[in-house]
Amino acid sequence: MTEEKPKRVALIASQGTLDGAYPPLIIATTAVAMDMEVAIFFTFYGLNIIHKKKMHTLKVSPVGNPAMPMPIPSIVSIIPGMTPMATGMMKSWMSKAGTASIPDLVEACVEFGVRMIACQMTLDVLGIKREELIDECEVGGAATFLEYAAEADISLFM
Amino acid sequence: MAIQPDEVLDCSGLSCPMPILKTKKAIDKLEVGQVLKMIATDPGSKPDMEAWTKKTGHELLEYQQEGEKHIFYIKKTG
Repeated sequence: MTEEKPKRVALIASQGTLDGAYPPLIIATTAVAMDMEVAIFFTFYGLNIIHKKKMHTLKVSPVGNPAMPMPIPSIVSIIPGMTPMATGMMKSWMSKAGTASIPDLVEACVEFGVRMIACQMTLDVLGIKREELIDECEVGGAATFLEYAAEADISLFM
Repeated sequence: MAIQPDEVLDCSGLSCPMPILKTKKAIDKLEVGQVLKMIATDPGSKPDMEAWTKKTGHELLEYQQEGEKHIFYIKKTG
């Protein structure tokens, strides 16, 4: 609505955990809702966020995570079943709080026209095929992101 | 008082960022000058809606709190 050039936001999403996926998606969708222009560069495990299948099964691990509200001793956290339990707990808190799921937020990014760039090098290194990612993303390298970010008002590595 | 909204959006039970996303979508569908009434229970919605209207230029005509409910009247500007 403002007349001047829209503010530009450049984000790097590098984490593939459930708790790590929320911040870039929430900042991106809110920024476009505030009439800003947004691009997210998905690199390394951050690619899981725009992976057609993996985005539905992101997890939070209690291992080495002293910030869990219900602290689980490290020796217990490595027992099989603890990660699904922690993941289930977190999903349940998020849902009770009325926050959208990761796939819902990715869909909102698509709908609002967030530019999503998947890191070509990571695809090669991790052996991920282009078709495994959502159709709406583009594939590019650091230069593609930096060319966009050079004109950004807000740049965040998440 | 007695603002007649053209559209009502109930975001009760939703938390950040959903009330903002839904408000943006609802405002986009209105004509300039029309008013959206948005209801939220997220306690963060007051500072967030103030920030959102400040940034987008839409006008926050009125804000009311009724118990847990935060009620916003937002007029779409050009």
